[in-house]
Amino acid sequence: MSNVLSRVFQNEEKRNLSLGGHVGFDSLPDQLVSKSVTQGFCFNILCVGETGIGKSTLMNTLFNTMFENEEASHYQNGVYLRPRTYDLQESNVHLKLTIVDTVGFGDQINKEDSYKPIVDYIDTQFENYLQEELKIKRSLFNYHDTRIHICLYFIAPTGHSLKSLDLVTMKKLDSKVNIIPIIAKADTISKSELHKFKIKIMSELVSNGVQIYQFPTDDEAVSEINASMNAHLPFAVVGSVEEVKVGNKTVRARQYPWGVVQVENESHCDFVKLREMLIRVNMEDLREQTHARHYELYRRCKLEEMGFKDTDPDSQPFSLQETYEAKRKEFLGDLQRKEEEMRQMFVNKVKETEAELKEKERELHDKFEQLKRMHQDEKRKVEEKRRELEDEMNAFNRKKVACETLSSQPLKKDKDKKK
Amino acid sequence: VLQQQKNLDGYVGFASLPNQVYRKSVKRGFEFTLMVVGESGLGKSTLINSLFLTDLYSTEYPGPSHRIKKTVQVEQSKVLIKEGGVQLLLTIVDTPGFGDAVDNSNCWQPIIDHIDSKFEDYLNSESRVNRRQMPDSRIHCCLYFIAPSGHGLKPLDIEFMKRLHEKVNVIPLIAKADTLTPEECQQFKKQIMREIQEHKIKIYEFPETDDEEENRLVKKIKDKLPLAVVGSNTIIEVNGKRVRGRQYPWGVAEVENSDHCDFTILRDMLIRTHMQDLKDVTNNVHYENYRSRKLAAVTYNGVDNNKAKGQLSTKSPLAQMEEERREHVAKMKKMEMEMEQVFEMKVKEKVQKLKDSEAELQRRHEQMKKNLEAQHKELEEKRRVFEDERSNWELQQRLEQQKMEASRTLEKNKKKGKIF
Repeated sequence: MSNVLSRVFQNEEKRNLSLGGHVGFDSLPDQLVSKSVTQGFCFNILCVGETGIGKSTLMNTLFNTMFENEEASHYQNGVYLRPRTYDLQESNVHLKLTIVDTVGFGDQINKEDSYKPIVDYIDTQFENYLQEELKIKRSLFNYHDTRIHICLYFIAPTGHSLKSLDLVTMKKLDSKVNIIPIIAKADTISKSELHKFKIKIMSELVSNGVQIYQFPTDDEAVSEINASMNAHLPFAVVGSVEEVKVGNKTVRARQYPWGVVQVENESHCDFVKLREMLIRVNMEDLREQTHARHYELYRRCKLEEMGFKDTDPDSQPFSLQETYEAKRKEFLGDLQRKEEEMRQMFVNKVKETEAELKEKERELHDKFEQLKRMHQDEKRKVEEKRRELEDEMNAFNRKKVACETLSSQPLKKDKDKKK
Repeated sequence: VLQQQKNLDGYVGFASLPNQVYRKSVKRGFEFTLMVVGESGLGKSTLINSLFLTDLYSTEYPGPSHRIKKTVQVEQSKVLIKEGGVQLLLTIVDTPGFGDAVDNSNCWQPIIDHIDSKFEDYLNSESRVNRRQMPDSRIHCCLYFIAPSGHGLKPLDIEFMKRLHEKVNVIPLIAKADTLTPEECQQFKKQIMREIQEHKIKIYEFPETDDEEENRLVKKIKDKLPLAVVGSNTIIEVNGKRVRGRQYPWGVAEVENSDHCDFTILRDMLIRTHMQDLKDVTNNVHYENYRSRKLAAVTYNGVDNNKAKGQLSTKSPLAQMEEERREHVAKMKKMEMEMEQVFEMKVKEKVQKLKDSEAELQRRHEQMKKNLEAQHKELEEKRRVFEDERSNWELQQRLEQQKMEASRTLEKNKKKGKIF
């Protein structure tokens, strides 16, 4: 986290002046705090872990309240995320707490895609915030921030090592969210086993390049406690909402035949350490890291994906106006091109069909030309026959006439003969 | 999202959140940019020095009245001051030359341009893909100095405040208030507030809180607006106390004496109680106004103006483009459908025409065929008739012939005496 001084440009002069009395701006942190108290705080926890590992119980124990929770079945088809929001108040501080549970995690036979709904959920919250941030008329100061501030990853207390599902999931999440790994149901592991287990887990995380949340050590006020807590990761926790009388006190604990595991006893488990780190010391830092690191990374990737750049090909910085105008030009050009393509397609289609129809027309024309010719032939034949007939008729008539003339003659001849 | 109120059964510890915020804010440090505007000689530098109890302006770093050039300048100086572990990077922006020319038309323009350019810088750095340091050099507050004429506001005062009240938090101050008696001051204040209301000028307003006590204090301050101030660079001894004041033959006007002027009210309000609010209002109101206007211009550049008018959407420019894209897709679909329809219709027409002409030709062909057949038949008939006639005639001829032959033979035979 940078100090404001680092934001002064190198060549800008700034003078250090001493004050001749009490001016009063030392109240600035109080003014800021008072404003944020009035606004209220928001905190969003994501619990990732197998069904029955103790996520709900731990939440109830951490926040000293009974959050609603139906027990999940082991037969979910896939993993789904169930967010629930609660309004809590402690002295004058209002906290809007959202607990997101991963239902069905680790229950399927094929767990290859188990991490996906989780990553999608985290990205969706980033996306929603980004959309609000990009709006023309926006109201960020009363926006209900749903971005996940912390992911508590529940590790099963096998005592051996991390499951491959754990490694895969944490690797997918470590660039998107602050992860604090915790060993659940730690009352099933002995102290020596636990020590080995923690070392194994941490070395596996390191060798697989999984980035978990480091409690910050840059602020002298808390650097010591944070540094020592970093060494106790992952926290081995036990949760319980039942109360047991131990001595003359009533404490939250789990009662076994062989003894009572006290949740808030630091030699029994790390619950107190978790609560201290998560809530009482670093809650604000978790919020800050989410906003300044994880969200910025998401935003940067998203904008780059959409083709936004900070500098043009000549490495000159774009102004916002130029960026949007360039994007807009590209976008409009794209639309224009699509329109042209469609028109062109139609022009071609029309041309094709016209050619087809012309072809058909020509065929039809040919056909009828043929028929016409046939008809002409037939007509000619008929004409010929008609002429033939006429000729025959004429010939016959001539013959007839000739015969008639002749038929009056033979009598004469005979008569002549008689003489 | 369904929310439920939950009661806690014991101390959880998030009540320490304010402390965590406190700690981080101290580590981060604070910054504040204050602009002072007014004609020269109104005591601006002195007031700043008095407010921050330091020699911000000195002989080495002279105040605006000593730096007047031909045109109105907007200049800034940064100082780092520390108090009670809290670091404050204070930027004072002053405007030498403002209101000092003979013709002061548009002397506010460089100031408006400066404020806008700071908004622009912030907008650009906020909109970068890689956002690292986001320096905030936006003007958080503008102290406007009114000359203590005792009458009312000058046209320049009104013009300036009208043009700037929607860009920056304007706090008008009556300068050199030790030239006014309490009664004159009271009248002057009333007149000024009347004129401010008349011209619908929105000066910085103190926010209302849920706290009744605080609201009462706020009301007290509101009744004293605009604050009448006196500043001093000299320390004088009064009744054994060392105070900042102005020594006159007739007495000492004490800067921090609330009976003498409203300096302490200004200081308390500006620095001790409302500095953060001034920054918040700048960020949440003035900057957002600038941003939405700027983005709307960029977004709707080229788009139908009727859409953009009056309906300043809440969408981001990207969402706007997305929507335009969707609209375009719909438009194209519609266009495609229409073109398809027209095309189908034309094809249908042409096909129909083709069919019709085929039918027509067919009909004509049939007609001709029938015609021809009729002719054929007629001819056949004619031939038949003719042939009948001819064969009849030929038959008759033959019969006649036979008859003649027969009669000739008879004759011959008669002659020959064959026949008795």
